[in-house]
Amino acid sequence: MFRFIARRFLETIPVLFVIATVTFFMVRLAPGGPFTTEKSIPPEIQKKLEAFYGLNKPLFQQYLDYMGNLLKGDLGPSFKYATWTVNELIWSAFPVSLELGCYGLAIALVLGLGAGILASLRQNSAVDHVSMSLAMLGICVPTFVMGPLLILVFGLTLGWVNASGWESARDRILPSLTLGFFYAAYIARLTRGGMLEVLNQDFIRTARAKGASGKRIIFRHALKGGLLPVVAFLGPAIAGIITGSFVVETIFQVPGLGRFFVTAAFNRDYTMVLGTVLFYAVLIISLNLVVDIVQVWLNPKLRFE
Amino acid sequence: MRRNRQKARGWWLLLVFALSLIGCGRRETRVEAGDREQILYKGNGGEPQELDPYVVTGVSEYHILMSLFEGLVSEDPHDLHPVPGVAERWDVSPDGKVYTFHLRNNAKWSNGDSVTARDFLESYKRMLAPTLASEYSYMHFVVKNAQAYNEGKITDFDQVGYKALDDSTLQVTLENSTPYFLSLLLHHSWFPVHLPTIRKYGDPYQRGSKWTRAGRFVGNGPFVLAKWRVNDVIVVKKSPTYWDRDRVRLNEIHFLPIESGETEERAFRAGQLHVTESLPLTKVDFYRKYYPQLLRIEPYLGTYFYRINVTKPPLNDKRIRRALALTIDRESLCADVLRGGQLPAFCLTPPGTMGYTSHTQLHEDIAEAKRLLAEAGYPDGKGLPSIELLYNTLEAHRIIAESIQQMWKKNLGIDVHLVNEEWKVYLDSQRTLNFQICRASWIGDYNDPNTFLDMFVTGGGNNETGWSNPEYDRLIAEAARTIDPPKRLEVFQKAEAILLDELPILPIYFYTHVAAQRPEVKGWYPTILDNHPYKYLYLEPSAN
Amino acid sequence: MPEILPPSTPGTIRPAETEVGTSLSRDAWHRLRKNRLAVVSAVVLALLSLASALAPWIAPYSYEEQNLAIRAVPPRRGHWLGTDALGRDQLTRLLYGGRVSLMVGIVATGVALLIGVTYGAVSGFFGGKVDVLMMRIVDIIYALPFTIFVILLMVFFGRDIRLLFVAIGAVEWLTMARIVRGQVQSLKKQEFIEAARALGLRRRRIIFLHMIPNVLGPIIVYATLTVPAIMLLEAFLSFLGLGVQPPMSSWGLMVKDGADRMEECPWLLIVPGVTLAMTLFCLNFLGDGLRDALDVRASKD
Repeated sequence: MFRFIARRFLETIPVLFVIATVTFFMVRLAPGGPFTTEKSIPPEIQKKLEAFYGLNKPLFQQYLDYMGNLLKGDLGPSFKYATWTVNELIWSAFPVSLELGCYGLAIALVLGLGAGILASLRQNSAVDHVSMSLAMLGICVPTFVMGPLLILVFGLTLGWVNASGWESARDRILPSLTLGFFYAAYIARLTRGGMLEVLNQDFIRTARAKGASGKRIIFRHALKGGLLPVVAFLGPAIAGIITGSFVVETIFQVPGLGRFFVTAAFNRDYTMVLGTVLFYAVLIISLNLVVDIVQVWLNPKLRFE
Repeated sequence: MRRNRQKARGWWLLLVFALSLIGCGRRETRVEAGDREQILYKGNGGEPQELDPYVVTGVSEYHILMSLFEGLVSEDPHDLHPVPGVAERWDVSPDGKVYTFHLRNNAKWSNGDSVTARDFLESYKRMLAPTLASEYSYMHFVVKNAQAYNEGKITDFDQVGYKALDDSTLQVTLENSTPYFLSLLLHHSWFPVHLPTIRKYGDPYQRGSKWTRAGRFVGNGPFVLAKWRVNDVIVVKKSPTYWDRDRVRLNEIHFLPIESGETEERAFRAGQLHVTESLPLTKVDFYRKYYPQLLRIEPYLGTYFYRINVTKPPLNDKRIRRALALTIDRESLCADVLRGGQLPAFCLTPPGTMGYTSHTQLHEDIAEAKRLLAEAGYPDGKGLPSIELLYNTLEAHRIIAESIQQMWKKNLGIDVHLVNEEWKVYLDSQRTLNFQICRASWIGDYNDPNTFLDMFVTGGGNNETGWSNPEYDRLIAEAARTIDPPKRLEVFQKAEAILLDELPILPIYFYTHVAAQRPEVKGWYPTILDNHPYKYLYLEPSAN
Repeated sequence: MPEILPPSTPGTIRPAETEVGTSLSRDAWHRLRKNRLAVVSAVVLALLSLASALAPWIAPYSYEEQNLAIRAVPPRRGHWLGTDALGRDQLTRLLYGGRVSLMVGIVATGVALLIGVTYGAVSGFFGGKVDVLMMRIVDIIYALPFTIFVILLMVFFGRDIRLLFVAIGAVEWLTMARIVRGQVQSLKKQEFIEAARALGLRRRRIIFLHMIPNVLGPIIVYATLTVPAIMLLEAFLSFLGLGVQPPMSSWGLMVKDGADRMEECPWLLIVPGVTLAMTLFCLNFLGDGLRDALDVRASKD
């Protein structure tokens, strides 16, 4: 096990290196720069601005400078939000996204796994069709429709919660629901599919024949195999949830990290793009590692890999 | 059986009771609490880039800076005419080139220091420092030698037209007489900054000094910076050292950087905001019909127009450009599509800008347009290659472009295809003239026709059409030198007439500022630059 | 070649002379036909596709014809599904929009499927260093900023709508590959695969003929989940300038526009929303039906 993790860790370094390099050159190729504004700046001023941020140096030199700083953990100043560094911005925004993500994930797992398992146990019954239809609804109703709809009903009409913001405890409810519902739908469908695959196998029939109760069958026999496809999906899903969703954060005015992913690209805030990309990459890789470990645990046959 | 049913009923009652507790009782909304405590909640658009007045370029930053700083002159809340700010009074020399400002002796920074003429001197030295690379340094170029200093042609700041005659007298010498000079001073590039504070946290002549954080910030305005949470809120509190603090009635202002117009409107409706920054196109009718007392539509100093790249055929032919201009049904656009009280623009400069209204006006004339098109060699649009209309992705721009596309197709038989680009790509395309027709807008930096008309001089950074007309350039330069106001406006008339004859641009509509505002906000008057000095604002809920 | 024959229907004894040879696919087809929900779904989908394809001939108006006099009106005579803010007929725009959305949805999903399944299967089957390398590549591509990628695509290759498929395909195949890899890894250890290997079957044959058909279940489920995501992703890409250009629209864009006007003009959201949902439900039921039909172990006896 430790060798597995250590090996993964070693593999991660070249991966991050490649990501940083490719992204570095990708953003600079896109037209427009961080200082391209509607009211045009006199060229001399533009030159001096670029000099201050080191953008006038040869590209490769900038790359080396950036990588050097990266090794020290310095992600650089934000080009757009001039008074903050990328580290400061990520550090202040991530806890918010993490909190929102955890609530959303909890909702997604409870609703999704619950509905999926239930539906697989009663295949083709009313329960199955209803819950899977609801799940499909969760997928087809995009967050930018669900969010405002929830706000309209619970915030504006009933007045139970605020329409946006992240101050009081109550503010957490709607964004978590919106986020969670979306992922719950995927989890429900994948769980049902995975469970069905397993439930139809012979060893389940044997267990039933031996008189094992429903619960025992689920938890002891079926679940491990049934959850395999869900687990594979959960790796990137969790990374996505906790780095925040641009749409949910915009609709509910949540000061999280998700917004920066999109706005940094639109602002050509080179350092912010790289910072968020690398942050996300580290998360994804770590989570995929966890997923792979869990997959082995779920399916012992993989152990001697 | 019965006991089961009773139990079930009991559970239901409990559930209903619990649910009602959640929503029970009308909670006091945030604005109601704010009304009581004189706290204003203002939607402020995007998150500010910075709070250093010499480094920012946007409107949302300016709205915050207005609360934290005060310049030599301040503005009257009704019509923005210059009133005493840090300067109690000022004298102007007969040739209009020398202004002497007498500063009041009780003007203080938020840390207790007095505001002196030296402070202004040092501030402007920082503003014009070549190493700072301030995007708005050109606002100071009316001052003698300011441009030369900023461009590094002279290195002795004493040669620039600023002089501190003593601690409370500042003298400014201009290159030419500039009738709109005092209104320039309202801009944030003319605010004073506290050099000792900036020095404490970095090099004052370079960017990157982190002096603008809450707790470090020092300003001289009616409010001080209390809290700054990125993408969340900026809180300013009433300044205990501001010289006019007895007039300031608000205790706090919370600026909320809500970028999405729809989110902002919902927050307003939920009682979380007193004022919004904007109102989505889709909601204007709704408010007009059901909440007219909450709707604010005010004229705004800006024009929405299409730029034409006059360097590439077929649009290098001004007859075709004119045909396009004459076929746009601006009234219908404003009344049916935009519906926000916008005014159709038949010239570039918004009417009434500092008393100037262009005599030359376009008009809608489809017959004439058809004739011009035929004369140019494309009767009924036949043979004219497809024209590309570029805009940056935004619902409003798309809808206008689609309407105009239809107008041109139906009336002239021209094929126009729409291209949308993401913001930076669009800016880049516009700057490199990589377009045929492109959507544009210009908000005036100050209340004078010059801010609109001097865009289109040959090679001007904001020209971006490839258009060049030596007579136009001559007229604009002449206007800059003309002292007599009516004569000056006459020169502008001639210049705009040329612009509207050659049509490197197609004016479409004049902006209005559309927003939602609660009636308890008082001391707020419609102004053309959407400036509302905070020291006059207060909250007075009417007896409801 | 040992083939896995489906069990015969219980209770009957087929006389040797009248026994008709049956195969996997024919049985699957037979099972599918019996699934009424799937059949109905297939029919609905076919009708929708047909209507969209025939849009230029059956649409009552032109998709760009504006009527600024009436602007947005709810469904009524002459405009069965209402009009949008510029007075354009919704029914027409829905039909035309379907061409874009259905094509994007199906083609892009197909591309993602093709790449993702093959990639994941190969990676999972070979294991070892190959698997490590392939999965790390997936990680890298996953982390790269999508927005910038699309902008660069447009810069270098122009605005061809086929680029839309490339952009979408480039993103959606990743999770599919990971899921398939997981499934294949667990399948690898099963006896019938070991038997196939013992028999010396070529690896390509094992992967494509034995493994993939047995992982079809989760693949189909995930594919039906991918289609709605793709249709909505297309709306985001139009924001960047890639995709349909106005005045043409797509279902994703219509939903986005409708969401902005949810309160004032609910029909602008309901009409494309219901259509989108209906398409996805049908795809879903069809997918379930396919999965049930192809699942060799699912036969109930």
